[in-house]
Amino acid sequence: MTEFDCRKDFAAELVALARQDERIVAVCNDSVGSSNLGGFREEFPRRLVNVGIAEQDLVGVAAGLANAGKIPFVCAAAPFLTGRALEQIKADVAYSEAHVVLCGQSPGMAYGELGPTHHSIEDLSWVRAVAGLDVIVPADPVQTRAAVRWAAASGRPSYLRVPRFKVPAVTPADAPFAPRRAVLLRSGDDVTLIAIGSLTSRALEAAERLGAAGVSARVLNLPFLDPLDEEAVVAAARETGGIVTAEEATISGGLGAAVASIVVTRHPCPMRILGVPRVFAPTGDTRFLLDHFGLSADGIVAAARELLGHG
Amino acid sequence: MSGQAVGGHTVSGHALLPADPAGAREYRETVERIRAGSPQAAADELRRVSREVRRSVVEMIDRAGMGHIGGDLSVTDILVTCFYGLLDVDPTRPKLPGRDRFVLSKGHCAAALYSTLAHCGFFHRAELATFLAPLSALNGHPNRMKVPGVETNTGALGHGFPVATGCALAAQLDGAAWRTVVVLGDGELQEGSNWEAAMTAAHHGLSSLTAVVDRNRLQQGARTEDTTRLEPLGAKWEGFGWEVRDVDGHDHLALLEAMSRSDTGKPVAVIANTVKGKGVSFMEDRVEWHHKVPSAEQVEAALAELAR
Repeated sequence: MTEFDCRKDFAAELVALARQDERIVAVCNDSVGSSNLGGFREEFPRRLVNVGIAEQDLVGVAAGLANAGKIPFVCAAAPFLTGRALEQIKADVAYSEAHVVLCGQSPGMAYGELGPTHHSIEDLSWVRAVAGLDVIVPADPVQTRAAVRWAAASGRPSYLRVPRFKVPAVTPADAPFAPRRAVLLRSGDDVTLIAIGSLTSRALEAAERLGAAGVSARVLNLPFLDPLDEEAVVAAARETGGIVTAEEATISGGLGAAVASIVVTRHPCPMRILGVPRVFAPTGDTRFLLDHFGLSADGIVAAARELLGHG
Repeated sequence: MSGQAVGGHTVSGHALLPADPAGAREYRETVERIRAGSPQAAADELRRVSREVRRSVVEMIDRAGMGHIGGDLSVTDILVTCFYGLLDVDPTRPKLPGRDRFVLSKGHCAAALYSTLAHCGFFHRAELATFLAPLSALNGHPNRMKVPGVETNTGALGHGFPVATGCALAAQLDGAAWRTVVVLGDGELQEGSNWEAAMTAAHHGLSSLTAVVDRNRLQQGARTEDTTRLEPLGAKWEGFGWEVRDVDGHDHLALLEAMSRSDTGKPVAVIANTVKGKGVSFMEDRVEWHHKVPSAEQVEAALAELAR
């Protein structure tokens, strides 16, 4: 199966948008290479603002650019963007309602061997706690391009988690891309697998294996983690035997927590939450680490079977 | 007032405060007198407005039972000089694209900012009576979605300067003539984010950006120099590539001159030497008046001093 580095799609879509709308600017922290902004810089050298290695300034400057009518796409490695500049994200962007698109590059454990300083497994929990910020987690190239277009036009602050770990295309041509709209990737009645980002294709693979074993698994993808599709979650809780969530992020406060808070208040059902437990990852490449934490088709199958009592 | 759902999020029902057209007219007339009149007449007008703003601040903090009175009084002359002597803003059209941008980075001095903005007619002076009251638009730190004339939500220190730098960068990108002024606390300069912005602004030659430091030498707990030393402060700014101007921060005309545009291509840092608690003798240069609330007798004494 062909796999894609979504950063290329992100950058291509941003350049295409910038050609149509001169308000679009890119703001980065010495991250032209890692954010794949070389093409943007070549075509729009003045519209690429590189503040250097200074993330607080990075986000504040973007809020100022937005104040003066620009649409800044802040492109920085997700751990430093969200960790170092979280207060700027809260005060200058979200609370000030500045139309800034915060693009967390290479999120999750994309930096593998570089270790926990470079992993961004906390970003989803952190940004979900900030009021007024849309949180978008594309699963493939199609969603990445749609996310760039949507965020540029929204007029609202958003956090866009740009995948680096290569993923196959999963989004059907007619899939919706909007707040509160889940993408149904596979129908099923026995159990529901809800996955975002890099775990989406792994959930699909798990559903196929479960299907081969006679278990009918529904697969839902939530490109908008915030605001998410509450009704699709409630329907899954009501119509299937339980829900397994899977994300390349800490289990403290991300997708699993968001789904669980809906399930327990609206339609309690058995759940399993797959993500990184509250530990710092050991040394290893991304694929190794995902498997290590059970964030694999095997891990999802095992969680579903255990939930259904087939364990 | 109950909140309403907008885009999936609950926000307060308050919209931006409406302008005060009569106040704005009075402001425009005063500005004309100041900018076209003799230096002496300008200084007299600016001193008069500053006195009024300081009196409002004392009344607001008295009513609310809370506030940062020391810094409010040290920054007042800077605020009044900016809005009455320098900035090109229209209080009845606070979102005009070509307006000058003013950012109060030391957002805890919101009372002085609100009082100044109300005197300019950005909103009605009567609104000042709601300062810190439940559901008031006038929060302890300024909110741009509720208070016209506020460009970004400050309060956490070290935030306004990078945002102002972004504003000035946008003006440079557009070849626009409007300028940006950011007012910083001196203690606030201990936040590293300021120095990130200082580097960015100098690197880009943002000569339309002016940073004014309210150098009252006191922070919440002690003197700045006894906490984490700032001196030599001018040399620091110069080292970061800024043109530095050192002035008496209570001399309106000196402030005005210091904030004039530079022809060096560098951003300008104005170190405005001020006195915390300025104008009220028993508050001046005393650390405890950072956010102490005056008693009824002290309010009376303060207002009497500020009437002179």
